[in-house]
Amino acid sequence: MEIRPFNDISYERFLSEDRLMGSRCRKCGSLFLPPRPICIKCHGPEMEWVEIKGKGRLAAFTCIAIGPPFMIEEGYDRKHPYVCGVVDLEEGARVVARIEGFDGTRPETIKIGAPVEVEFLHRGEDQSAMTFLAFRRR
Amino acid sequence: MRGQRKLGRGVAVVGAGMSKFGMFADRDSKYLFAEAFRDMLATVDKGIDPNDIDALYLGNFTNDFFVHQGHWGPIISDLLGLTPKPATRTEGACASSALAFREGVLAIASGFYDVVLVGGVEEMSKRSTEEVTQGLAMAASPYEVKAGFTFPGVFGAMATAYFARYGADREHLMNVTIKSHNNARLNPKAQFNVSIRDIMNQRVEKAKKKGEPPPGWRDEKEFLGDSRANPVVAWPMHLYDCCPISDGGSCVLLAAEEIARDFTDNPLHVAGIGQGSGKGLHAKEDLTYFEATRYAAQEAYGLSGLKPEDVQIAEVHDCFSIAEIIHMEDLGFFKPGEGYKAVEEGRTKLDGSKPINTSGGLKCKGHPVGATGTGQLVEIWKQLRGEAGARQVPIRDLRVGAAQSLGGTGGTCTLTILERR
Repeated sequence: MEIRPFNDISYERFLSEDRLMGSRCRKCGSLFLPPRPICIKCHGPEMEWVEIKGKGRLAAFTCIAIGPPFMIEEGYDRKHPYVCGVVDLEEGARVVARIEGFDGTRPETIKIGAPVEVEFLHRGEDQSAMTFLAFRRR
Repeated sequence: MRGQRKLGRGVAVVGAGMSKFGMFADRDSKYLFAEAFRDMLATVDKGIDPNDIDALYLGNFTNDFFVHQGHWGPIISDLLGLTPKPATRTEGACASSALAFREGVLAIASGFYDVVLVGGVEEMSKRSTEEVTQGLAMAASPYEVKAGFTFPGVFGAMATAYFARYGADREHLMNVTIKSHNNARLNPKAQFNVSIRDIMNQRVEKAKKKGEPPPGWRDEKEFLGDSRANPVVAWPMHLYDCCPISDGGSCVLLAAEEIARDFTDNPLHVAGIGQGSGKGLHAKEDLTYFEATRYAAQEAYGLSGLKPEDVQIAEVHDCFSIAEIIHMEDLGFFKPGEGYKAVEEGRTKLDGSKPINTSGGLKCKGHPVGATGTGQLVEIWKQLRGEAGARQVPIRDLRVGAAQSLGGTGGTCTLTILERR
């Protein structure tokens, strides 16, 4: 049983271990991703960690031509837009994430409802190491 | 919501003014707010002695980040000679001055103050586009920021969900943009007071002067569909779907209803105020509307006893073209999925049955974020008093107007309803 606190720090650490983890209310069973310390359905105070399998479908997306500095550093620009979106997971939760495996220059080919699968993008090293949640076309 | 909301006593708007909105290398926040204050003073029909102002509420979002100064309440209070009267800054991202307005109304309604100045200011254009993007991202959900979302990206994603649900497409967004520009053409304070047609003609003239073959756009939609003229920012949001980076100030003078006629014979009564809070994209149950706007609307309609169909004109927070469509639906002006059709049918034009964003909206009037909320009310003030000049709507017996603001990606939403009685 995991005893990490139900917060964004734990969520990020799990991501760095290639695990997508949410919290579930022990009282009413509601699932939250990213994890929440308080159930917003029944206000129950007790949570437990749940591992998400990582399969879902694209609920919304955008292809970004003008991104923030960390995406520009990865080589994305007006000629090479990246895709990010909202994914509805099989478990019922919804997440925002980078979307991989689609052509950002041809948004008309990207369909709402497309099946996707979790992927963990590890960037930087040592102190600056970060893991970005992504979903790839399956 | 438990029971009916009510104000302790009535509150009226007795003056409203704004600076010109735009990008100004030589104007700072203080200058911009002073310009708005002078403009407001000139609208108080019977005059106001600034010494009679009891308090200031000032909306500002990003000056901490852009100007490295955060304590704007007293800075502006000192600027206007209002010290030592209290000054309070409100922060609600792009809805910051809408919150200032609401706080001012509540302070008068409680009986604590009689005359309150509310407004907002923002100074953005001296920073690079990248810095502004970073600064504005302070109002997004941290999960969105990490996933690489920008503000246009969040609204772009909502647009794809809306398109898939309701069958709308990019052409419907273009209708919003064309309308906003047509209205702003008639607003001398707007950042872009030109129509899309004017912009097309300018480009053709420029090409001719250079001896290049002139672009052959047949109409506005061909221009907006040309990726060289209108490049993608965050699909399906293109340049002309997005509000600009702006500098500006705006303010509104509030007075207790019982003394409003000391200032003017034509005050506007605060009929309804509403405010809601909302979740990030990942936690939204539905990606095609804003929970916070619907809540704010319910509160404001409940307080006023008015219905969506009673609102004759409105300014809505069109930070992106899709947002205008969604807000109109959330406010109950049109059913969900019907907003884009109403725009297409011309119902939201200046001479339509429900004119929306007669000022040109955030898209064309400009969006100095902290100044936007009360800036929208300046337009409602002008329209309801019949002082909107060339863009005055031709509705007979115009009495009720509303302004809706959105902060962040839907985190803070407000609705204000003003009425001429």
